[in-house]
Amino acid sequence: MNLAANIHGSLRAERRWALIIAYVSLCAAVVIFLLPPVYMLITSLKTNAEMSNLQGNPWLVRSPTLEHYGTILGNPLFLTFFWNSIKVTVLTVIVTMVISVLAAFALARMRFWGSQALATGVFLTYLVPDTLLFIPLYQIVGGLGLLNSTWGLVLVYPTLTVPFCTWIMIGYFASIPKELDEAALIDGATWSQMLLKIFIPVALPGIIAATIFAFTVSWAAFVYPTAFITTPDQMPLTIGVVSTLVRGDTFAWGQIMAGALLAALPPVVVYAFLMDYYIAGLTAGATKG
Amino acid sequence: MPDSMTAAVSAPRGPESGAGGGLRRLARRRSTIAFLMTLPLICVIVGLVAYPAAYAVYLSTLNRRMDGFAGLLQFEILVDNETFWLVVWQSCLFAISAVLAKALIGFWLAHMLHHIPTKGQRKWRGMLLIPWVIPPALSTLGWWWMYDPTYSSLNWILAIFAVPAVPWLGEPWWARISVIMVNVWYGAPFFMIMYLAALKSVPEQLYEAAAIDGATSWQRLRHITLPMMQNIISITVLFSLIVTFANYDIVRVLTNGGPRDLTHVFATYAFQVGILSGNIPRGAAVSLFMLPALAVFAYFILRGVNRRNREMA
Amino acid sequence: MAQVTLRKIVKEYEGGVQAVKGIDLDIADHEFVVLVGPSGCGKSTTLRMIAGLEEISGGDIMIGGSVVNDVPPRDRDIAMVFQNYALYPHMSVFDNMAFGLMLRKFPKDEIKRRVDNAARILDIVPLLERKPKALSGGQRQRVAMGRAIVRAPKVFLFDEPLSNLDAKLRVQMRTEIKKVHQTVRTTTIYVTHDQVEAMTLADRVVVMNHGIIEQVGPPQELYHNPATRFVAGFIGSPAMNFLPARVENDRVHLHGDAWLPIPEARRARYASAVGRDLLFGIRPEHLTDQRLGLPNRADILITPEVIEPMGMETLVHFHLGEARDCCARIEPTVHAAPGEPILLTADMNNMHLLDAATGRVL
Repeated sequence: MNLAANIHGSLRAERRWALIIAYVSLCAAVVIFLLPPVYMLITSLKTNAEMSNLQGNPWLVRSPTLEHYGTILGNPLFLTFFWNSIKVTVLTVIVTMVISVLAAFALARMRFWGSQALATGVFLTYLVPDTLLFIPLYQIVGGLGLLNSTWGLVLVYPTLTVPFCTWIMIGYFASIPKELDEAALIDGATWSQMLLKIFIPVALPGIIAATIFAFTVSWAAFVYPTAFITTPDQMPLTIGVVSTLVRGDTFAWGQIMAGALLAALPPVVVYAFLMDYYIAGLTAGATKG
Repeated sequence: MPDSMTAAVSAPRGPESGAGGGLRRLARRRSTIAFLMTLPLICVIVGLVAYPAAYAVYLSTLNRRMDGFAGLLQFEILVDNETFWLVVWQSCLFAISAVLAKALIGFWLAHMLHHIPTKGQRKWRGMLLIPWVIPPALSTLGWWWMYDPTYSSLNWILAIFAVPAVPWLGEPWWARISVIMVNVWYGAPFFMIMYLAALKSVPEQLYEAAAIDGATSWQRLRHITLPMMQNIISITVLFSLIVTFANYDIVRVLTNGGPRDLTHVFATYAFQVGILSGNIPRGAAVSLFMLPALAVFAYFILRGVNRRNREMA
Repeated sequence: MAQVTLRKIVKEYEGGVQAVKGIDLDIADHEFVVLVGPSGCGKSTTLRMIAGLEEISGGDIMIGGSVVNDVPPRDRDIAMVFQNYALYPHMSVFDNMAFGLMLRKFPKDEIKRRVDNAARILDIVPLLERKPKALSGGQRQRVAMGRAIVRAPKVFLFDEPLSNLDAKLRVQMRTEIKKVHQTVRTTTIYVTHDQVEAMTLADRVVVMNHGIIEQVGPPQELYHNPATRFVAGFIGSPAMNFLPARVENDRVHLHGDAWLPIPEARRARYASAVGRDLLFGIRPEHLTDQRLGLPNRADILITPEVIEPMGMETLVHFHLGEARDCCARIEPTVHAAPGEPILLTADMNNMHLLDAATGRVL
């Protein structure tokens, strides 16, 4: 009796300790993980005078100001960057989704000669990093006369997005029970009706996840714009903020941070509202594939 | 279908003749449609990945002015170049140590997250994934500012604990560590999410059965969790090795190869040589040196994925 | 005009494996036919070939008199109910049922009329606006049937439609399906591995095994006059007992040294079997506790190994000679205990004799 109570007690203590360790670790991780963005926010709210003042705690804002945000939003170049990013990203997402949904449907449901090899090929291309391809692509894009043009980016961004999106869409489509298409066949659906009326609605979570992925990847793309774009008016946000703003005088930090935060906002907002889809897309590659 | 009716009534037919011909024709049409549907994908793969990769090989065999064949000259020059070997060494150091740290931190956090009550998990997970969500080129700017030699807010924190100021980006070794830190910060959440998904896929009954069999929590981890997660762990690690090995953003923003070209990795060095100095053939040769390592990683990933598919089938 | 005819239907997979080995079957208009057999016997493949979901490797399939070998599923005018229901998860019950009509461009009010009518037959009117997710298994089953009914096709195809339901619901839905068939009278082909379903639903049962048809007939005929050992063993539960036997002097000699007299009416039929290796087949319900006064009875003394009281009857398991796991049904009031010998009575009017080598029932 006594022994049982003891064991019970120690079990509870053990569990409590495990929980305490868990929360301590998570708190520490959250602090460290959020430190840089928080510091960026703090910096963006400081006046230049306060920033250059070496006295006192750099992690505190004494006289918060929105002047950096005002300046950056009043900078037509920054707005051009934003517009370029939106244009390139939206076009890339559309192209990516059309390509990968069509291909994934064919690969998941219509066995044809070479379909297995193609599926493996999709996965392999996903593993080819952009830093391996940017030099030949620089020559190719240059040959097409698309250097220093957002159209050049729209052309090459699908290499970043299409393989992964196709891969996870194959997974989502393959998880739809076969009987569903047989029922649709008997109900009289053609292939296109089956895709549009059955597969796309049923796999909507997967489509959203893939769209989010394509969006974040094109928004964050850095190697290709750095290599292909040197004229500021064609730059998307990432390279625009990093190259053009940094070039300014020493104390443009407030502006840089404000610009970086504004540039990071769209993916963060998407993430905040569609976190579950975001995570589903992230993990689908490994758990399904 | 009057004609097929008469056919059925007329002579007995062999099992092969005609039977299913229409469906077979349908199947043939189906392959044609399927091929057309995958055509854009094939264009992307062939035109924008396979062809450029082959083109890179061609480019790397040209001479400096790109008007003549130079054989393996570019590779020979690189092999004799001290900076290049530094790049090789640095890329390996960067990839291996960063991936190791990311994997360990990610595993630890996934475990911690898995242990707290389910209804709190979403909130924590949401906050912990933030570093992965911000485009790395932009968040690295924040780190750059935290590493700033004069205004470093990190040094200010260290000063509280009476640690002397660290020359984050000014000294090669510290610069390397700084780059690795940023990469770990950026990538650990990804590992955490992957491992958490894997942990959640282990059926609870296995743990219950093991607990009844008398397994300690360490034994449960050793004999149930790790074997069940083995495949995801290796796929994630190998995948991250590829991405980290080929990383560009962080080094470009933080050090851009400096000080004195001592912190380059493959990607930034290829960029420097190929685009900035305009030596396309040599740049192509630099990035092609990544290929063997990447191919090995890719081979093992593919093997892991196939094995996983077989297990799940 | 909705009879279904199969002529020498063959299904051969790559590598030469034959799932269906040339079967012939004629199904009359309005008939309810059940294909039954163990898994892998080719029953589902046969159904899917009729549906057009599976290509046929040989033979002809006719629906309503015309050969449909080359006709894609949507033009065969059939409807199918799947084991996992295959409801479109993103559509309401109404849309699920209307989908086939919509694709065929039926006018809106006609669709509504048909769906409402089917919903009334199936008693799912209040569910029409719900999504499949919000339905119980039995309700999903009804919707799946509704989707078939609204189309008013020539033939209904059912592929193990009740296998995903729990035991109680299965019995209930079985009755439901029979009721629906009595209402709409559509020719129905129904696949199941459950012989009870087959017996209760079918006008005619088709017993399949290893890609061939073992026997076709009304349920009662299959039960009383099975053609083969497979059918005799497959139909009826618990299964028929098979005991190695010989026929001598108008008696069956079991290898447990029991001698059972053959009823007079059957003696001529078994005359040719004298001296051959045979199996004596008798169903548990025809092997009961000792009852005097029955005509053509024979007594067998056995030692029970396991007693299973079922309530309305008690099952006695025993072995007799080389025959293991024999079973008898006795009145629950009769005392029986493991290890205590008990005298059973075989109703010889319901005996069967099978050729041990070929498995044919004599």
